Amino acid sequence: MWNELLARIRQGHRTTDFPRSVPAMPDRFRGRPIIEAGKCVEGCRECAEVCPTGAIVVGGGVKLDLGRCLFCTECTNACPRGAIRFGQDHRLAASAREDLMVTGEAPTLAKALDEEARRLFGRSLKLRQVSAGGCNACEADVNVLNTVVFDLGRFGIQFVASPRHADGLLITGPVTANMKLALQKTYEAVPTPKIVIAVGACAISGGPYADHPEALNGASSSIPVDLYVPGCPPHPLTILDGLLRMLGQIPTSDLR
Amino acid sequence: MSVLVLRNGEAADVRKIPSLSVTDFRRVVLEEVARGSRIAAFFGRPDHERMRLVAVLANAAEATLSLCSAEVGDAYPSLTPDCPQAHWFEREIQEQWGVRPEGHPWLKPIRFHRPYRGGSVGEVLPGATDFFRVEGEEVHEVAVGPVHAGIIEPGHFRFQCHGEKVFHLEISLGYQHRGAERALAGGPGKRSIPIVETVAGDTTIGHALAYAEALEGLGRTRVSARAQALRGIALELERLANHAGDVGALANDVGYLPTAAYCGRIRGDFLNLTALLCGNRFGRGFVRPGGVGFDLEPARASQLLERLQRALEDVRVAVNLLWDTSSVMARFEGTGEVSRQTCEELGLVGPAARASGVERDARQDFPAGIFRFAHIPVSTCDSGDVYARAYVRWLEIQRSVAFIRDQVASLPSGETLVKTAPPGPDRICVSLVEGWRGEICHVATTDEAGRFAAYKIVDPSFHNWIGLAMALRGQQISDFPLCNKSFNLSYCGHDL
Repeated sequence: MWNELLARIRQGHRTTDFPRSVPAMPDRFRGRPIIEAGKCVEGCRECAEVCPTGAIVVGGGVKLDLGRCLFCTECTNACPRGAIRFGQDHRLAASAREDLMVTGEAPTLAKALDEEARRLFGRSLKLRQVSAGGCNACEADVNVLNTVVFDLGRFGIQFVASPRHADGLLITGPVTANMKLALQKTYEAVPTPKIVIAVGACAISGGPYADHPEALNGASSSIPVDLYVPGCPPHPLTILDGLLRMLGQIPTSDLR
Repeated sequence: MSVLVLRNGEAADVRKIPSLSVTDFRRVVLEEVARGSRIAAFFGRPDHERMRLVAVLANAAEATLSLCSAEVGDAYPSLTPDCPQAHWFEREIQEQWGVRPEGHPWLKPIRFHRPYRGGSVGEVLPGATDFFRVEGEEVHEVAVGPVHAGIIEPGHFRFQCHGEKVFHLEISLGYQHRGAERALAGGPGKRSIPIVETVAGDTTIGHALAYAEALEGLGRTRVSARAQALRGIALELERLANHAGDVGALANDVGYLPTAAYCGRIRGDFLNLTALLCGNRFGRGFVRPGGVGFDLEPARASQLLERLQRALEDVRVAVNLLWDTSSVMARFEGTGEVSRQTCEELGLVGPAARASGVERDARQDFPAGIFRFAHIPVSTCDSGDVYARAYVRWLEIQRSVAFIRDQVASLPSGETLVKTAPPGPDRICVSLVEGWRGEICHVATTDEAGRFAAYKIVDPSFHNWIGLAMALRGQQISDFPLCNKSFNLSYCGHDL
């Protein structure tokens, strides 16, 4: 018992006080991309050409689809002018698919659910996680929200063991053909009203597996999605930020 | 010569692989296995209008990889009855190419997809197969999955039970099949690296390293000593994060929450060290063919060492609580035993094999990169139970930290990334990497234009899922989560 008490003292208090403050990200962390189209050379398409998932569209400026982006640095390495780079901003989640397009304008972050949904879920949200072809990186960094560091329970969010106990689904992976039916059944087993959260490039667009006949280009191919959390995988803070914004626990105006 | 002998990461002309008759092929494989080799890979590949079987036999004592092949028709006599470790490979060959291993005792799909050749078949439904059944009035069946209760990947488990006692567990996978291996053919291309980095996302460094070493072998690219050392550091950081997480998860499954809570956090501390190195907690973007994508400057190196030391001290305190707590030890000891003989026969790899006393570790047996110069002692335990699988992880945590310290202290100077030469035409290269789950094997073959004609991936989970099934024999069904966690295998790494 003494050993346990000593260990307890040694391990200390480890929970971040997010969202009151944001922990420092590693200096090489790749958050929201920053595009300065003014620096582009006329007719240059280097970034778009090297992108493994076709996330970048050049023409009338440069647009980057966060839903496809793997945050892999191919574009930043290829750009001769430094017109595209990754910033430190971890806030990436959005409520609408089109809000994931990075253009150089101010970003539209995830909106809070409507009043009725917030009344139902705002203080208690039970989620069922379905991995449908995920590589276990998104799964791992969703799971990490349950550790003492993020302590998801203090926000009233909990992962539950049955869809019938859940208010919604959190989906990872491109949705493989072999998981399509299981995902559909799980979705149907969640009582209405329900919400669906797609986490990671695979669940939003298919990621590196986009257009494979073995997979379905993400969750929205088979069920409606209410929150998109981009990344490959998203940082745990990116996921938590998205969840809290959706529940109205971070005001939309708060850009911390 | 009946085999082509290669070293780990060495390429050769693919036409030099001896083409044997099926009878000779079987004889050579069985003889090699009898003298201590293990099947590292065994697969089919189209060769003009015919099919060719290729076997890669790994001999640890000689650090050699022996390759041989045979042209087959639609069927051949199965190796499995004489050589059980071929069983999963032969099921894969039948599923992918429709080549039937006759006399296979257990022939059914492993991933549930349409065959790669041959006429159209009807819809292939996952899990639609004849499960092994134990008959009897008091025998009952428990089915679990594909969607599980926690935040984990999908798979289906079918238990044949008598009361609480498990007679047999059958594991049916394929739900994660994304076409990863198939998509690599025709490469290298823009998506090759994102795909190998997500074959098993918790093993990003391991698979990316196996891919990079194969590609460098095919094009004869020489990687700097500095990049090799940095790759080794990243590989061991990946092992540290996963091993620390696994030990915590084992504590959680026996209801011992202090270690579960501490290790859950410490796992993140190790992941954050990988993020310190490359910005991503899973090592995305770090390993690149030709070297590494990021350098470790002196200031970053000292920060790494300092945080590594703190994490080691924290994990030491957290893990040692387990061995001192009798209620934990009572649940770990004697649970989910796998004998050394079973490990050898089934060709298990990684901590699961080492926990049964099998001294098997690709870092020692088939050293490549930094491991040719710096050796990590192989950690083994004898009891083959959950305790042994936990304890081997703890030993490896300590040895990985020591290795990283040594490497950071003596980091050679040099370029971190050199340009890779394109793969040569008609070549084959086998690369083995000891990932945290065990041996990762990649076999790259190029066509006459130097593109990948085929790219074969064997994740350690491919060998080890059957080990979990064996561990459950005669156990209480309530011990399944604990046994499962003690293996902690990859679903997507298996399903590809």
